[in-house]
Amino acid sequence: MSLRYLASRLTQGIIVLWIAFTLSFFLLYLLPGDPVITMLGAGGELQNFDPAEVERLRSEFNLDQPLPVQYLLALVAVLRLDFGTSIQTGTPVTEAIASSLPSTIGLAAVALVIALVTGAAIAIGATLTRRPWLRDALAALPGLGVALPTFWVGLMLLQVFSFRFPIFPAIGTGTPTAVILPAVTLAIPLSAIIAQILFRALQNAWIQPYVTTYTASGYSRLRLLLRQALPVAVLPALTMSGVLFGQVLAGSVVVENVFSRQGLGRLAQTAVTGQDIPLVQGIVLFAAAVFVLVNLATDLIYPVLDPRLKAATRNVPADATRTDHEGVRA
Amino acid sequence: MPTISSHSLASEQPASPLRSAAALSRPRGQVLLSLLAAGSLLLAGCSGNAQAEADAGAKPQSGGTLKIAYDVDPTCLDGQQQGTNVTLNVTRQITDSLTDQDPETQEIKPWLAESWDVSANAKTFTFQLRDGVTFQDGTDFTSASVKENFEAIQDLGAKASLGQTYLDGLKSITTPDESTVTFEFDKSNAQFLQATSTMSLGFYSSDTLAKSAEERCTGDIVGTGPFTLDSFVHNKAIKLSRFDDYNWPSSIAKHEGPAHLDGIEFSIVPEASVRNGSLLSGQVDVDFSVQSQDEKTLEAQGLGIVSRPNPGVVYNLVPKLTGAIAADKSVRRALVKGIDREQLKSVISEHQAPATSVLAKSTPEYEDVSDLLAYDPEGAKKLLDDAGWKPGENGIREKDGKPLSVTLTYWQDASFLELVQQQLREIGFDLKLEKKSTAEVTALQAEGKEELTFGNLTRADGDVLRNYFGASEQNGNARKPGELDKILARTTSTLDEDERTADFTEAVKVLIDEGYSIPIVELSGVIGTGKDVHDFNYEASSRFQLYDAWLDGEAR
Repeated sequence: MSLRYLASRLTQGIIVLWIAFTLSFFLLYLLPGDPVITMLGAGGELQNFDPAEVERLRSEFNLDQPLPVQYLLALVAVLRLDFGTSIQTGTPVTEAIASSLPSTIGLAAVALVIALVTGAAIAIGATLTRRPWLRDALAALPGLGVALPTFWVGLMLLQVFSFRFPIFPAIGTGTPTAVILPAVTLAIPLSAIIAQILFRALQNAWIQPYVTTYTASGYSRLRLLLRQALPVAVLPALTMSGVLFGQVLAGSVVVENVFSRQGLGRLAQTAVTGQDIPLVQGIVLFAAAVFVLVNLATDLIYPVLDPRLKAATRNVPADATRTDHEGVRA
Repeated sequence: MPTISSHSLASEQPASPLRSAAALSRPRGQVLLSLLAAGSLLLAGCSGNAQAEADAGAKPQSGGTLKIAYDVDPTCLDGQQQGTNVTLNVTRQITDSLTDQDPETQEIKPWLAESWDVSANAKTFTFQLRDGVTFQDGTDFTSASVKENFEAIQDLGAKASLGQTYLDGLKSITTPDESTVTFEFDKSNAQFLQATSTMSLGFYSSDTLAKSAEERCTGDIVGTGPFTLDSFVHNKAIKLSRFDDYNWPSSIAKHEGPAHLDGIEFSIVPEASVRNGSLLSGQVDVDFSVQSQDEKTLEAQGLGIVSRPNPGVVYNLVPKLTGAIAADKSVRRALVKGIDREQLKSVISEHQAPATSVLAKSTPEYEDVSDLLAYDPEGAKKLLDDAGWKPGENGIREKDGKPLSVTLTYWQDASFLELVQQQLREIGFDLKLEKKSTAEVTALQAEGKEELTFGNLTRADGDVLRNYFGASEQNGNARKPGELDKILARTTSTLDEDERTADFTEAVKVLIDEGYSIPIVELSGVIGTGKDVHDFNYEASSRFQLYDAWLDGEAR
């Protein structure tokens, strides 16, 4: 792949980041409320504020400037990699994100492993079985998995495996086992997505002529699936990594709240409710950056795995790749 | 140096050449005594803390970490800056105050100050400090520490909203010697003595004061209290451990020396059902915020419920006189009469009580004026009829084509408002309820367009009325200075508790008669405690005082 391709993808990524920044900036300003008043009140009872002090704090956060000026100031600061400090807590935004990140990464990693194993098992089981009822049952699982509210699943798991039978701790991140229940909760919708895509891709592969040829030459169904069909089917699943990442982030907001875990999702939730503009923006930018990188990495790995795509990326950059993916996905 | 027993301190007091305020109020006669007795009976009746009585016989054990599940993250741990319960509960364990207020008798008792003297005009306050007190970093606590802390609070400005109110009008702080500190106010400030018992006026070491307000928020604080702050991770946990050299408890503490507990761990557990399950399964010792539907389960399992009404202004509706409807005194009075407070009992926790005054029962200067708050729907209707509000469509009254309808935005966990809404509909008043985020409600109130606001203010002193309703203070009524302010001003210049109580009651009567305040229910946090938790106590403003708390065998 050419450098030009890479450069054009990076430019696209930066545009995506800029759009995410701009949208979140204006969305936050559309919210009713005043971050400085919120900070001074902080859910407390006493609500009389010295107007002079409120004004001073407003100017400290540039909130007294006209909106376009505020936007430009914020944009310039971000370009200089200055993400500011949280209005609520006074900690630098980068520090707040960095301290929340390890716990979320740990949770996401365990959840992904669980999701990959169960998702693949469901898809493979459904493809291999010759009993129609079992196939239907397995194929219906992903739908169910997506439909179950994460919140409810988390509470149910806690009820059974922590409160009734004290196997896992209900709160915190203190012990290694504490990650299991939240990871399972987070893994359910993830595994559903993985199972769904993989199952469809396997079915696609299963009807290809070469499968008939292999079957005729005496290959077992399992071997055929693992050796021939799976590698082909994994490709479309890979394009979904971005979607999975989004799912992990969205799921972490709920899971980290139910299981009282520190993390990015929890940070995002408190930042939004406290109208902590710099912090929300920092999280949005961070999430968007990871999103862009995940998609970029996927697109870069893709041609390596599927030689047919090499030509496409070499000649016509982004658009051709995009359509090709869509084609495979469908 | 000699260790002074906290109990002997209290008994030495009257003999001291400096007359303490507590000693001053003692000869005031039987009225006060019986009032106090009545107050504590009421308190005992509604606190329902049977465990406390059972604890009286048991011998406290040392050791163990008390695990407390909080519902929300304290955004800042500095009690000088923040006024929320979740912050102050932590700060109380880390810092001490000049005085302590007895939650039973409401008297101000010695703590870091052995004695004090207040001038007759309540403008000059002189405190004699206890010897041998050190900060957790080893530096000495002296009169200079008091001076630099209070000056730092003044410098914090609006960031220390409670502290500013307490130190209002402070002209000078002088320190004639290491153990004497004198405060001079430019106007009478009787509430200051009680204020010195609050954690908002707790003390930090010089190093802590040198740090920025933000650094202190993140938990970079060193006090003189029985516990030191080890770590604070937002949305995760706050860890405290025992300060082993601690030997200067308040004179109302039950023991001396270091605290019983090895440490305290606060976890932030936002989900109510998870807090409840964790308490029931013994994973935490204390659930800070029990939902009323879970109370029965906890009691059935033999777990303790601890509750004490927050002293101060109860949950009340505050009409803004600049509003078109709220400007009508008849409407405000009709709201007072149109609420059936007895009926509200069916929807609130059994540990919570309907309001019987603008002040909660646990406030020192509280007097029951429930006869002024009697349910009188017919009287309310007549008031509205006479004022020209005639029944219109759907039973909502109207005047000159305008419906008698007001929107109330609130953020509190106050589902009883829905019953209030139904009750007011009976008299033809349409209360539209909109529950919003704290941020939105605060901003709407700051804009000043709301005709009716809802809230409370916690403080174990009647001066809270002045903070809340005074024309030059919070003044949610947007009221012009008047008769009420004259009464409230009187309360600042006397230290006589009988006089203050009489004045505050007079103020309460004006507030209700004018419909400036429509009291609804008292705010009481309901806390669930595990079977092994003992002496889990409240201080006077209904925040935790965990110096005496202990865990028995199994929990440790």
